[in-house]
Amino acid sequence: MEYITLIGIVIIVVGFALKFDVLATVIISGIVTGLVSGMNLVEILEILGSSFVSNRLMSIFLIIFPVIAIIERYGLKERAAYLIGKIKNASAGKVLAIYSVVRTIASALNIRIGGVVQFVRPLILPMAQAAGENIKGEKLDEKEEESLKGLSSAVENYGNFFAQNCFPAASGVVLMYGTMAEAGFTEVTIGTLAAASIYIAFISVVLSFIQVFLYDRKIKKGGNK
Amino acid sequence: MLDFLTIYFPEFFYVLCALVSFDTAYRATKNEESKVGTTLFWALLGVIFMLGRLLPNVFIGAMLVVMGCLTATNQVKMGSFKESTAEFRQQSSEKLGNKIFIPAVSIGVMALILSLIQYNADSAQTFFLKLSSFFTLQLFSFGSSSGDPTALDGAVMTGVACLVALVLAIVICKPKLSETRSDTSRLLMQVGASCLLPQLLGALGSVFNAAGVGDVISSIISSIVPSGNVVIGVVVYVLGMVIFTMIMGNAFAAFTVITIGIGIPFVINQGGDPSIVAALGMTAGYCGTLMTPMAANFNIVPCAVLETKDQKWAVIKSQVPVALIMIVIHIVLMLVLAF
Repeated sequence: MEYITLIGIVIIVVGFALKFDVLATVIISGIVTGLVSGMNLVEILEILGSSFVSNRLMSIFLIIFPVIAIIERYGLKERAAYLIGKIKNASAGKVLAIYSVVRTIASALNIRIGGVVQFVRPLILPMAQAAGENIKGEKLDEKEEESLKGLSSAVENYGNFFAQNCFPAASGVVLMYGTMAEAGFTEVTIGTLAAASIYIAFISVVLSFIQVFLYDRKIKKGGNK
Repeated sequence: MLDFLTIYFPEFFYVLCALVSFDTAYRATKNEESKVGTTLFWALLGVIFMLGRLLPNVFIGAMLVVMGCLTATNQVKMGSFKESTAEFRQQSSEKLGNKIFIPAVSIGVMALILSLIQYNADSAQTFFLKLSSFFTLQLFSFGSSSGDPTALDGAVMTGVACLVALVLAIVICKPKLSETRSDTSRLLMQVGASCLLPQLLGALGSVFNAAGVGDVISSIISSIVPSGNVVIGVVVYVLGMVIFTMIMGNAFAAFTVITIGIGIPFVINQGGDPSIVAALGMTAGYCGTLMTPMAANFNIVPCAVLETKDQKWAVIKSQVPVALIMIVIHIVLMLVLAF
């Protein structure tokens, strides 16, 4: 039956789930799918090769690496940390809300500021913890601390994910563009895709605000008991 | 002029990408482990970047298989690098102040400006600045202008923006060449083979297309879902993106399959705006990313880094409520904005 062509999807799911090497999994999936649907190896390699070359735009970000290399060595993160650190008199929610806005804007402009390792652990979480204890009036208990950690990571992910496609050369946008162009929708450009991504970026900031301020309310209540 | 803008100029920037890759390959010859494999891997990538348009496609496909064998047998490794010290970075950040942000911001700003530039598609002799669909400014013209205006190639946009940023970074920071080369190779090796994933998944999508995978999925779905009902089409597309992304841990992989199989026949061909449907379909997939342990780098690694008690689910737990609300919003937005 033609359902056998779906074997490629099964290979991807199994390969990703069992944490096999990602490149090999994808290539094997492509070759097997091609073989079961009656192509020969040369035809499959030709499709893989030509599509890989015509999708080179997706990896154009290699060209950005030297710039990042220079500005990171000359203290980009340290300066950003200094600026965020200047905001005083904040609650846990406010710290995370500001980070959410900064992270979202940076993500939309394709500026590499953020990351759990680089920003959240050394900077955002300690500030949010201190600010949280400040409004609660005592130390955070274990549960509150645990959910603050989860929340800090979540805010990082929201800003990163939902704003990244506002940048016309983001890899998600070029993937969408490639898929739509291949399917024959020539009116779709990286510009129209980026513009269509703005709504969700905005909504994700609103939802982050609601979530972090609900957390503020919860620990304030906990303090008054 | 047209050939230059649409063919040679983009190739120029792919050659620059190739140089970054070749330099990393050269650096890999100094690796302590997996010298040969790592060097070969980055050199092959450089060749694909530089000569992709000239070599036969079957040759490129074979090179990809070789690269897959190298990563599968764990022969592509990170080298050891001498990183900058915390004191040096602190000192430099105090000395440079906010100027350090100029190169980073200029990448985004330049890309934005370049995305507004258009030229006439027939001869590329007239250039416009398109500020909106109502207001277009003619910048300069070399001769008769005819043909519909078209935007610059994406590689040109990003490439020019990065060259400008690179010049600014060099002027502002005055870096040492050897340090910049070493840092660049370190960045590329850190990202590693996964930097190819979007490009390779795109190629997989083409094979799926040729094999008719999308047709099979859509015939399965269409036997269940009544075609022509826009609301059901949108709900199935959004949920399909979420569930597929959760299974694979990667929205990019889900996007090609689900959009060709469900999004195009059941939403776009029913009258949905393709840009809006695609953009919302992709972010619907990201809602799935927020809820799956398969997306380990976003959901599991942070638990380890932040030392939560629950080492697997702490981050996902905070994200699930927002992800569920976002899914509903995606369905509503797609129905409202795309139709």
